[in-house]
Amino acid sequence: MLINRKEVQQIAVLAKLNVSKDEIDTIVTSLDSVVEMINHINEVDTDNVKPMANPMDAVQRLRADVVTETSNKEVLLSMATNADDDYFLVPTVVE
Amino acid sequence: MSNQNTTQWETVIGLEIHTQLKTKSKLFAGTNTAYGGEPNTQVSLLEAAMPGTLPVFNEKVLRYAIRFGLAVGAKVIAKESTFDRKNYFYPDSPKAYQITQLNHPIVEHGELVIQDDKGNDKTIRINRAHIEEDAGKSIHDKYTQYSAIDLNRCGTPLIEIVSEPDLSSAKEAVRYMRGIHTIVTHLGICDGNLQEGSFRCDANVSIRPVGQKELGTRTELKNINSFRFVEKAINIEIKRQIKLLESGGTVTQETRLYDADKNETRPMRSKEEANDYRYFPDPDLLPVVIDQAYIDNEKQFIPEFPAQKIIRYTQDLKLKPDDATTIAHDKELSEYFDAAVKQLGKAKPKVAANMILGEFSALLNANDAKVEDNNISPEQFAELLEALAAGTISHKIAKVVMEKIWGTDSTAAQIIDKEGLAQVSDTGELETIVKEIIKNNPSQFEAYKGGDMKMFNYFVGQVMKQTRGRANPAQVKTLLEEL
Amino acid sequence: MEFKGIKQIAEALRAKDLSVQELHDFYQAKIEKHADNLNCLINKTSELAQKQIQQAQDLIDTGSGNPLTGIPLVHKDLFCTKDIKTTCGSRMLENFVAPYDATVVDNLNQAGMVTLAKANMDEFAMGSSNENSYFGAVKNPWDLTRVPGGSSGGSATCVAAGLVPVATGSDTGGSIRQPAALCGITGIKPTYGRNSRYGMVAFASSLDQAGVFAKSAEDCALVLSQMCSFDAKDSTSAQVDKEDFNQNLNQSIKGVKIGVIPEWMGTLPENIRRQTQQSIDTLKNMGAQLVEIKLPTAHLAVSAYYVIAPAECSSNLSRFDGIRYGRQCDNPKDLNDLYVRSRTEGFGEEVKRRIMVGTWALSAGFYDAYYRKAQKIRRLISEDFASAFAQVDVIAAPVSPEVAFEFNAKKDPVSMYQADIYTIPSSLAGLPCMSIPIGLVDKLPVGLQLIGNNLQEAKILNVAHQFQQETDFHHLVAEGFAHE
Repeated sequence: MLINRKEVQQIAVLAKLNVSKDEIDTIVTSLDSVVEMINHINEVDTDNVKPMANPMDAVQRLRADVVTETSNKEVLLSMATNADDDYFLVPTVVE
Repeated sequence: MSNQNTTQWETVIGLEIHTQLKTKSKLFAGTNTAYGGEPNTQVSLLEAAMPGTLPVFNEKVLRYAIRFGLAVGAKVIAKESTFDRKNYFYPDSPKAYQITQLNHPIVEHGELVIQDDKGNDKTIRINRAHIEEDAGKSIHDKYTQYSAIDLNRCGTPLIEIVSEPDLSSAKEAVRYMRGIHTIVTHLGICDGNLQEGSFRCDANVSIRPVGQKELGTRTELKNINSFRFVEKAINIEIKRQIKLLESGGTVTQETRLYDADKNETRPMRSKEEANDYRYFPDPDLLPVVIDQAYIDNEKQFIPEFPAQKIIRYTQDLKLKPDDATTIAHDKELSEYFDAAVKQLGKAKPKVAANMILGEFSALLNANDAKVEDNNISPEQFAELLEALAAGTISHKIAKVVMEKIWGTDSTAAQIIDKEGLAQVSDTGELETIVKEIIKNNPSQFEAYKGGDMKMFNYFVGQVMKQTRGRANPAQVKTLLEEL
Repeated sequence: MEFKGIKQIAEALRAKDLSVQELHDFYQAKIEKHADNLNCLINKTSELAQKQIQQAQDLIDTGSGNPLTGIPLVHKDLFCTKDIKTTCGSRMLENFVAPYDATVVDNLNQAGMVTLAKANMDEFAMGSSNENSYFGAVKNPWDLTRVPGGSSGGSATCVAAGLVPVATGSDTGGSIRQPAALCGITGIKPTYGRNSRYGMVAFASSLDQAGVFAKSAEDCALVLSQMCSFDAKDSTSAQVDKEDFNQNLNQSIKGVKIGVIPEWMGTLPENIRRQTQQSIDTLKNMGAQLVEIKLPTAHLAVSAYYVIAPAECSSNLSRFDGIRYGRQCDNPKDLNDLYVRSRTEGFGEEVKRRIMVGTWALSAGFYDAYYRKAQKIRRLISEDFASAFAQVDVIAAPVSPEVAFEFNAKKDPVSMYQADIYTIPSSLAGLPCMSIPIGLVDKLPVGLQLIGNNLQEAKILNVAHQFQQETDFHHLVAEGFAHE
């Protein structure tokens, strides 16, 4: 196995997903097969190759520092499941 | 261990300073950054992490970051810098990642000279300054069951300035922080308002026995929002760590919050989960590529910093060291002073400094005004000083004239003329007044004649009273002596 | 009404032989008749359509507008449409209404096109069969027991079944080309950066690119010309002048150098290989010069892609946290519960799998070995193409190693991932590529992939159009769906 239950559980915690007891073995098996497929990338030597982050051979465009946006408050708050007149609301965050 | 209580501890501190940049719009969208807006009114679709929205980089941020790099003599101002995503879930970070610069930051390897606790110069290395987004704010005291989220601050540009662990005491840390504060405020890239969170500091604190090479386990103190608290928080944390180690315990690497009310630090619960931020290059943004000319162009915006100013003020302008220091450290005041001095002819900069720190500052206080409000322009101020230097008015009258200029367009000359405040230097006129006073105070005059020098001052006072302060004191003196 | 192409419809509209309303009603009737059965639509946009019909008719009546004015279309349901639901085929966004239009939607609206519906798709564009939609699988008009391909399966089915002349799609690793091939229609993904990604819900930012489905290359060219634009709102938008992709369609392909990849041809099942070879021979007979080329690293493309795309997706999809929009679980007991349950309930199996794979690939200790390594492979593949295009103008290759397969045929993810073995390499390189129909095998359509060099859409469209002048495969329609 290239990936085990414990690792899958850790990944799920990071990704904020729940993996139930019933599905864990199926998920481990499927992720393991994906990792096996992925591992083929190690077949070729890439020591002197520069990583390619984006297919565009271009550089970042720069935006002038001007305010172009107006308030979207009503629209944004109306889209949220839980909000009052001013804020998005979430279960209490403990700092 | 037998020598537990005799161990000498050494403190190692590194600071991460989050400096909000004074741009009009946010880092990646044209959203207003002004402080204090109604909640959630300064949130674009991008900052709300609406699906399909994309970031576009604000050039001002790049330029400001370069200026900071130049000001701290950075060895690297990257010709190619890139943005990375730092992934973590938190309600005030809607995308669930922060765009930052991990691998190729814009600024690396700068330095700042501070004074150590013995008063010697000490160079603090700045590891890097990178561009990143600020988060929104969570408000915890509005509801009992909920935290309220305001995204106005979300996406505001920051540069995070990371020092090497070169600081050895809380006091040094504060000096370093003040030094960085002076730089960013004098550059005009940050308003420096600690209260509003424009300038925030995290401190990495560890201790080790003196002589030990490797660093001790550090704790990170989060978001300390005043110079005073930085010192207190670090000192209390050092105490805590020493106590812990001396009682045989170990320091846990963790993030701690400073509680100013209780003057203690405690672990942050939200940071307990060991985080794996899964940094990777942001595929929505391309490399930021600039050339040397672009960097050089920013040099014109690097102002004279306080240390250089103090030298110029004391050596060239002959200011008293204390006055020079006070003026140099206040950006607005020093700009005002420099502007006024430029207009001076006969008048001495030293007088300008006295006046600025004295009468002018008093006037500002009384009116609850700021230098930059320009209630008296540097030109108006310079003219006033010239009138004083020319003997047209006395120092005392100068204060009166200054009050009358306040908030108007009038020149000193106009006020002096209109209000008849010019010094009376006309010998004939003064002689008449003096003779009149002598006539009305014969006994006092006899006493003066008899050598009672207190009476000399009495007569000067009387002349001043009669002329409402306009008499030229030197001339009055001469006249009295001649009589 | 027999459909011959957008140009003919446009002429009929202009000649007043046909009104925009009549045209709409014709297609609307087809939708009424077939859409539910094919399950190719998620939401119909009747109100918007009525408004757009009026605007289009006004444009035509005043002599303005262009050949696209009044032409009906459907949008893949990952393009944000203002005031209309954009679901991405996900329970997470079941009721999500975007407050803005995607740039490509806006561009097509500007031309006066009429939006009939939002098309079904694999959830968040992840899949090669359209079985991963929360709204159910889409059926292939050629055989209702088979998949249309994915992830833009709804769009492809709509065009193949004649429910609309045009549909938008998006292609991250083959999501336009593979369904186009499996449904027997023409589909193009332009160069990465040609179309703005603003308003297209992201799957993998460095790969996602919008494109078009239509019956012919000519129709694709017409729509693509209107769709593509430089967009200041997208940092990865290509700063190139607007191009009319129709200009070179009628050029002869005599002497055009077409690259073929023997290594790929050799891996095809015999019946598909034969069909593919025939179409390549047709090109040769038309005067094209065939050149054998090699893409030495391309066999690692699928592996590299399944590091890069999931990594980007794991980060891009983190914003779906149930707080500001989208599905929130009932009665969250605390913040973590809100996150975990909203996401676990909101995402389907394949999406969760890719989020997990991506999270794993980016996690501490794996970044260099996987993500960075995959990016290096990506460069090697890109360089392979660069060397190939030093020798040839266009590459002709298979699209899919098989014809449309039956539902539930691919239960393990890796066998599904292999469906994109021929489409992923050009996606990683960001190149323009398309699929054109080249006939049937076992009564099911097969496509040929044409890959162009950077920004050379006009070249592949030229080859495709010339091929379609010479052949009738693009006129083939599944039984029961022909326009009478």
